[in-house]
Amino acid sequence: MAVKLPIYMDNHATTAVDPRVLEAMLPYFTEIYGNAASRTHVFGRQAEEAVDLARHQIAQAIGATTDKEVVFTSGATESDNLAIKGAAHMLRDKGDHLITLATEHKAVLDSFSALEREGFRVTYLPVDTLGIVSMEALAAAITPQTLLVAIMAVNNEIGVVQPLAEIGQLCHERGVLFFCDAAQAVGKIPLDVEAMHIDLLAMSAHKMYGPKGIGALYVRRKNPRVRLEPILHGGGHERGLRSGTLAVPMIVAMGKAAELARLELHDESQRLLALRNRLWTGLKSRLDHIYLNGHEDFRTPGNLNVSFAYVEGESMLMGIADIAVSSGSACTSASLEPSYVLKALGVGDELAHTSIRFGIGRFNTEEEIDYTIERVVEVANRLRDMSPLWEMVQEGIDLSTVSWSGH
Amino acid sequence: MAYSDKVLDHYNQPRNVGSLSKDDPNVGTGVVGAPECGDVMKLQIKVNAQGVIEDARFKTFGCGSAIASSSLATEWVKGKTVAEAATLRNTDIVQELNLPPIKIHCSVLAEDAIRAALADYKAKQDAATKSEV
Repeated sequence: MAVKLPIYMDNHATTAVDPRVLEAMLPYFTEIYGNAASRTHVFGRQAEEAVDLARHQIAQAIGATTDKEVVFTSGATESDNLAIKGAAHMLRDKGDHLITLATEHKAVLDSFSALEREGFRVTYLPVDTLGIVSMEALAAAITPQTLLVAIMAVNNEIGVVQPLAEIGQLCHERGVLFFCDAAQAVGKIPLDVEAMHIDLLAMSAHKMYGPKGIGALYVRRKNPRVRLEPILHGGGHERGLRSGTLAVPMIVAMGKAAELARLELHDESQRLLALRNRLWTGLKSRLDHIYLNGHEDFRTPGNLNVSFAYVEGESMLMGIADIAVSSGSACTSASLEPSYVLKALGVGDELAHTSIRFGIGRFNTEEEIDYTIERVVEVANRLRDMSPLWEMVQEGIDLSTVSWSGH
Repeated sequence: MAYSDKVLDHYNQPRNVGSLSKDDPNVGTGVVGAPECGDVMKLQIKVNAQGVIEDARFKTFGCGSAIASSSLATEWVKGKTVAEAATLRNTDIVQELNLPPIKIHCSVLAEDAIRAALADYKAKQDAATKSEV
């Protein structure tokens, strides 16, 4: 069967809107277009009912006790900002210390940088060579001054899953809030804010086959009741936590996306895992000197992050132009720095430059995986044939002994 | 990033990929860049008795623009005298390949590679002249 090109395999960056999600949201543009805050007429009440259903669907997907714990935002970046700054500002009389991970998303790290400029102290915990946080280090970092621990569920580059239940248990015992950025996790791994003692959890619709521009923040209401200082002030929507007219069609879509993610999680993760194993086995059996970045088992099923030694990442992307993936190479970033996530794992810059992230998603097929293997192997071999590093290695030269000119 | 047609052409059909014998006294070899910076270029020239570069080869580890810059560099130095090759500037490569500002360092590296190859050739010639004396 011929594969339809180009192939989209960058599902950590964003996902296509599922047709079932699109179908659910469309009537809310032209038929049920009321403002959900207009309780005085039927247009508004219908919109509010739709929002209530979506809130329920999202609460169910993460195991929240009440629907009221779900606050709609513009996306995970806003949810990250609201959770981190909102909690720190609300609790500033109780302490000044915050804890996060070196491998968090920029929306989290930059929120902490902003708080540091205000005088808060932030501990950036390291990860091990497989990308996992050390529970001992976390326990040791928590002090009586600590207000919040922010640790992501699934890393956006390497897909590794942190031990959420253990982290939540520890934070709960020590009386510290646990905020979890779950943008890459909802619908990918089982999540339960009760069992995992998560107090705040950030979500994004467009990472789970919903539209861009809508997200949510779970805010625990009981045991403990989490209070946040809002960032956006205005009409007092979302119980004052996030003012602004609710984007009803987008919210309906996010609710539907969350429902599908919950219902299909089990079967879909099996299918994705099989596709990922097929890809990894296929590549490993045909190419030497390729390395998996991050833990192989504690990993979201759709993620494969591989360094192809001696093949620079951007030149690989150019070679496999009909397959959309991404790279941790500096050349693909505006900063010209290789991935800080891989650096935190202790992956050397020379290997970080050769990393490729495959993000397998709901609409990828076995045929696409097979095509990808063929193309990647072909391009890797072609680029190695023209790589001076590969030539030196073939000649038996140890690259670490070469004195490079650098620039 | 959108690549220019010329970058794509050199990336897809690189000119003069390969290696010349490092030990040949008429071959100059330049290796510049570093793996941890994400680009390494090896550029070699073979100079005939008249001082004309009759052959050039490259191998590059780097992005598409780095590959294109070194491929173009080998095309340009071929047929030139050693003195003429020394006048090639990275700005000529930027212009020819239409490189965006973020890729200018690729052209700088290609110029460095040419210079390093010329210097290596000259050092070999000087050594040969000395040993004859």
